[in-house]
Amino acid sequence: MSMQKTEPKQRRGGLNVALMPYSVWSLVFILVPLVFVAYYAFTDESFRFTTEHITRFFTATSHLKEDDGTLREVHTYLVIFMRSLKLAAISTVVCLIMGYPMAYIMARAKVRTQKTLVTLIMIPMWMNFLIRTYAWMTILQDTGIFNSLLSLVGLGPVHIIGTETAVIIGMVYDYFPYMILPIYSIMAKMDLKLLEAARDLGCNAFGVLRRVIFPLSLPGVISGITMVLIPSVSTFYISQKLGNGKFFLIGDAIEGQYVANNLHFAAAIAFILMVILLLCMALLKYVTAKFVYGGE
Amino acid sequence: MKRSSKIYTAIIFVFLFAPIAILLLFSFNEAKSLSVFSGFSLDWYRELISDRSTLESVKNTLILAAASTVISTVMGTAAALGMYRLRREWYKALMNTVTNIPMVNPDIITGISMMLVFVFVGRLFSASTSLNFWTMLIAHVTFCLPYVIFQVLPKLQQMDGNLLEAAQDLGCTPFRAFFKVTLPEILPGVITGAIMAFTLSLDDFVISYFTSGNDFQTLPIRIYGMTKKTVTPKMYALATIIFFVTLALLLLNNVVDNEEGRKLRDRKKQKRQAA
Repeated sequence: MSMQKTEPKQRRGGLNVALMPYSVWSLVFILVPLVFVAYYAFTDESFRFTTEHITRFFTATSHLKEDDGTLREVHTYLVIFMRSLKLAAISTVVCLIMGYPMAYIMARAKVRTQKTLVTLIMIPMWMNFLIRTYAWMTILQDTGIFNSLLSLVGLGPVHIIGTETAVIIGMVYDYFPYMILPIYSIMAKMDLKLLEAARDLGCNAFGVLRRVIFPLSLPGVISGITMVLIPSVSTFYISQKLGNGKFFLIGDAIEGQYVANNLHFAAAIAFILMVILLLCMALLKYVTAKFVYGGE
Repeated sequence: MKRSSKIYTAIIFVFLFAPIAILLLFSFNEAKSLSVFSGFSLDWYRELISDRSTLESVKNTLILAAASTVISTVMGTAAALGMYRLRREWYKALMNTVTNIPMVNPDIITGISMMLVFVFVGRLFSASTSLNFWTMLIAHVTFCLPYVIFQVLPKLQQMDGNLLEAAQDLGCTPFRAFFKVTLPEILPGVITGAIMAFTLSLDDFVISYFTSGNDFQTLPIRIYGMTKKTVTPKMYALATIIFFVTLALLLLNNVVDNEEGRKLRDRKKQKRQAA
């Protein structure tokens, strides 16, 4: 502790006192709960060690009815998991394709317009997500407004509710602002001189976008992707309402086991989801480090 | 803005606001239909006002949000102060990582993980129900804390450290120096953090769903219960009210922001003229 003697006065007193409540709190309510997920995942009802729940996730089978009426045996939870990943990935890509130009337009607008646009983008986020999702359910119904509008222009009713498309629409709508805002905030800080320089050096508009704007905006794109992918891969409710319960996702599986009071199996699914997300994040971080910051 | 930009912006905003516009419109519908508008009426608002359990849940939501905002703002500001003063790099990195966990982890895992602890502790004391107001409060404080900390921490880093030393050299106790020097400097961060905590708590459904008992229902939990059955436009009336309240708050926030920006510009102008 001889080090501390040389430190200035205010560095010693009060420092641990201020941090102490939060240190204890984060230990008890952030770290311990995560350990409990693993603990429950690997124990049975009487808290004896078992891998039964983890195995069940990978091996449980059920019969899936094909469109032609035949039954097919599938791995229940693996199918659910792959479906979650697929729908979340599609929603993330759609958000990116729709959001990127919007973020660019916002960043190029006048400062005052920028502020207004940011506020406008954020307003739907302030509506409870249950209500937002529910609104889409009524819009997309067979007799809903979307189909009424289609019939007005002479197009015939489309069956959307209860399909994967409906679930994707719900996810895109719910998490869209999370894609726009991080990209926008990076683009708004971009040095305009770089764009001018690129143009002076003979880049056309597309070249400027590809060689200057896009590389510079990558950190925003990556945080946008994470902020959309994580909630949409783990969501429940959206698929229950817009998919008519036909497209169970991993979040629905966890919620279902919780409602059925199978806490150990719920923990096992949560544990697997957590591990896979950690791997994804590590991969994303690695890719970013390699191709964004370590380039050249 | 270019014409094409304007058109694109318009399309995006139609997508973002169409569902909300429909909610607003059909909350005034005479009939129960959610696709055909048959006439204007305020019946659903009347029904909403006489719905005791919804009103109760609004009250509960506000109580919970206020309590978790106060606790997380005080504890989070103190924590930011403590983290700012940490010298040991590994400790700093550890606290940063731990604080990031609730923000990065999916809500469903945060909710499930805390529920497991509550249920486990409840079983130790062989309580009949282990989830109640207090478990929900703990959960809300936990997911609000990181947002407060990460709002306050940058303000501390921007602060001129000499100010604090000067105050103490001039005879301030560290405690007094905090309220006289540090707090005014970091106040914008503290306020933003508190607002974020309040709105996150108001809006949270997933974590509340896993940590709430039967005795204390918040509005999102109540809405979830309502949407399990067939929904009347009563819920649309509720959504409309929420929409206008948040809209008013956002506009107010913007006005305050602009006002502050104007003051700042004025002050700069005065300085320039003085020089």
